[in-house]
Amino acid sequence: MEGEMLGKLSWAAIPFDEPLPLISAAVVAIVILVVLAIVIVKGWWPYLWREWLTSVDHKRIGVMYMLLGLIMLLRGFADAIMMRTQQAIAIGDAQGYLPPDHYDQIFSAHGTIMIFFVAMPLVIGLMNFAVPLQLGVRDVAFPVLNSVSFWLTAAGALLVNLSLVIGNFSRASWWGYPPLSELAFSPDVGVDYYLWSLQISGIGTLLAGVNFVTTILKLRAPGLIYSRMPVFCWTALATNLLIVAAFPILTATFMMLLLDRYLGMHFFTNDAGGNQMMYVNLFWAWGHPEVYILVLPCFGIFSEVVATFSGKALFGYRSMVLATLGICIISFMVWLHHFFTMGAGANVNAFFGIMSAIIAVPTGVKVFNWLFTMFRGRIVFRTPMLWLVGFIVTFVIGGLTGVLLAVPPVDFVLHNSVFQVAHFHNVIIAGVVFGVFAGYNYWFPKAFGFTLDERLGKASFWCWLIGFYLAFMPLYALGLMGMTRRLQHIAEPSWQPLLLVAELGAIVIFCGILCQIAQLYVSIRTRERRRDLTGDPWNGRTLEWATSSPPPAYNFAVLPRVETIDAFWEMKRRGLGSVEPAYETIKVPRNSPTGFIIAFLAVVTGFALIWHIWWMVIIGLLAAAVTILLSGWSDEREREIPAAELAQMERARLGLMETA
Amino acid sequence: MTTATATIGAVPTELARGRGGGGPAPMRIVVAYGFWIFILSDMVMFSALFAAYAVLSGHTAGGPTGPELFNLHNVFIETLCLLFSSYTCGLGALSVERRHPKRFLILAALTFVLGAAFLFIEFSEFAGMISQGAGPSRSAFLSAFFTLVGTHGAHVTIGLIWLIYLVAQFVAKGFRSAVLRRLLCFSLFWHALDIVWIGVMTLVYLMGVR
Repeated sequence: MEGEMLGKLSWAAIPFDEPLPLISAAVVAIVILVVLAIVIVKGWWPYLWREWLTSVDHKRIGVMYMLLGLIMLLRGFADAIMMRTQQAIAIGDAQGYLPPDHYDQIFSAHGTIMIFFVAMPLVIGLMNFAVPLQLGVRDVAFPVLNSVSFWLTAAGALLVNLSLVIGNFSRASWWGYPPLSELAFSPDVGVDYYLWSLQISGIGTLLAGVNFVTTILKLRAPGLIYSRMPVFCWTALATNLLIVAAFPILTATFMMLLLDRYLGMHFFTNDAGGNQMMYVNLFWAWGHPEVYILVLPCFGIFSEVVATFSGKALFGYRSMVLATLGICIISFMVWLHHFFTMGAGANVNAFFGIMSAIIAVPTGVKVFNWLFTMFRGRIVFRTPMLWLVGFIVTFVIGGLTGVLLAVPPVDFVLHNSVFQVAHFHNVIIAGVVFGVFAGYNYWFPKAFGFTLDERLGKASFWCWLIGFYLAFMPLYALGLMGMTRRLQHIAEPSWQPLLLVAELGAIVIFCGILCQIAQLYVSIRTRERRRDLTGDPWNGRTLEWATSSPPPAYNFAVLPRVETIDAFWEMKRRGLGSVEPAYETIKVPRNSPTGFIIAFLAVVTGFALIWHIWWMVIIGLLAAAVTILLSGWSDEREREIPAAELAQMERARLGLMETA
Repeated sequence: MTTATATIGAVPTELARGRGGGGPAPMRIVVAYGFWIFILSDMVMFSALFAAYAVLSGHTAGGPTGPELFNLHNVFIETLCLLFSSYTCGLGALSVERRHPKRFLILAALTFVLGAAFLFIEFSEFAGMISQGAGPSRSAFLSAFFTLVGTHGAHVTIGLIWLIYLVAQFVAKGFRSAVLRRLLCFSLFWHALDIVWIGVMTLVYLMGVR
């Protein structure tokens, strides 16, 4: 009876025979329990619930996205260093310390986590925080939906981590290609964990995309016409258009694979007419735009950083915008380069090869624009600027190896080799990770009102940069020597020296991560010394620096009127600010527990679906429907701040800013 | 450094005119626009299902084929039901514009009945196919068929539940601006389902019986 009640779930799901995941999961569980205990004992729960968990303020949601991404970065990096270590020692007669079954789960989890639960939350988090401020408005178009988006992403992340201790994760890599991911070859819950956690977080991402497209197109400060919009907002617009156009493909594809697994359908099976290559095509029709979903906002961050720290306007604003939108469109025309070896024929491969080379052109335009912005600028080498310089050099190398791989005959030789692994880590780490860290150092003082420690920030940059080269340059060489990706054991002893260098690189990157943790800790401890009362610590150019740090809940008491590009720079140049504006009553969104509740129910339902606990699925879905209906009934989603109260708050805030 | 405070004042007309410089759009526009973007994303999802159907429609694995299974007579009635429900939905939107509560309720009821009739016919078609051994797990063609047509049907079902819910809101609150915005979104959604159905009717049924 009990067995039926709990579907496929039983004590056998807990991996008592594998100490490694069990111990790490136990440590995580203890940390979570200790944090919860501290929160309850100290009485922080009401504060946490009121100010964060139910907050629909885009700045708070942005910070929570960042926190999620940074915590998951630790998990994804732990997987990475475990793989590097296995490959460095499991050579010749040695078998290493990870059995194949466990190793396969680790590389699958590493890719899944790094793309969906590190890169995505970090990028969306920065957009959440900065875009409404740069647009000079009070929040996103749909604040409650924004909270739902975040919590659904967190729900997906929680499910992935649950697989560490209850059951197992997918062994079919982060792509989940059939037929391996079909029930016939992956009968246990691993692939279901993968599919449901990504479906849940994918819906969150899609809703975020809808929200941001609407925000950027329909909510901008008066006078902020398109040709005056900061480049970060342009790249955010392009990214969110890509999310809206690409994520539904992933949802549909995963739905088909789920139907194969749950209802015995035959979309991608070996028998009854299924077509595996259709999955591969659909997956990359989402997957290639996804690459640009991640990297375009980072291009935007770099554009803001380079202009600010060079003390001059961005070079080639219009070409930057055109290049962004060009990439946005071409990104949908290159997906087949992920599988030239499918055998689509010379003409098809030639088309996709040429398109893949062409997409490097707008990217090249951007690189020259950044270089010309720095040319004859008064460059200040603060931490974000270091990330920018490291990015330009490293990303160009990654881009060039990408152009190499875009040549189909070359790709046939290098397909699925570690050369390819080196290439995409080269572009994703240099582009996305460096970009996010630049943005993190750049906007941190805006979010919290104090700057981050420069010394540790720079140390972290150098560790990451040197560690990156040590870790991935050997993989280019190994790939050319013929080493394929995802090897749990290496038969060729002559590869060991290079693999040891790669291991060393991973350790150096780990030092970089430790420096970042130290940077955060030290900066918080010394925050009184590093407070920024001006709201404009970098002599910024765009509207987010026009308000205090941290900004009030309503961002701007009176929406700024924009008359030029680099609106805040222009305002400072003209020296406006002596006259007090006439305050009017404004509206700000009310808190809402909807997002948190929906995400909780998503975890319950997802878990029940993974383990085939059908009664729990029904309860979860019904409860979610009731939550949506109740939330959709209310009309009072905003509260008013009367003009008098607003004026009082503003005088206090501006008085503080004047003293700085 | 001095602190710059933003200036305020009326927006010059040359900015307000068509170039998006007039400041944040009114809520009604923002909500409808956002919902329209969401519908676009839904269309992309359907296009992936259409693509899968196009790839797999010939993969019958020795099982029943389209001409053996499809009954154009039923499809014709289904199509009429759905298109007329959109017509009544449109008239309902007009009666909301003109503040005719009774006419709106009658038209909403008609929309619901026509939508439910569509679903009933679709459901009996599915049940008939499954009973003769042509269920979704028979072949890749049938998997793609049930998923594409069934996803559309699921949307119609959600639409009907939504309609009841909105009518309840309307009865409780009347012509309040929040209710009007939600009715506008429903109407966009309902018409979009028609567009998808035209695709289904053409690609699946009309081309499927050749």
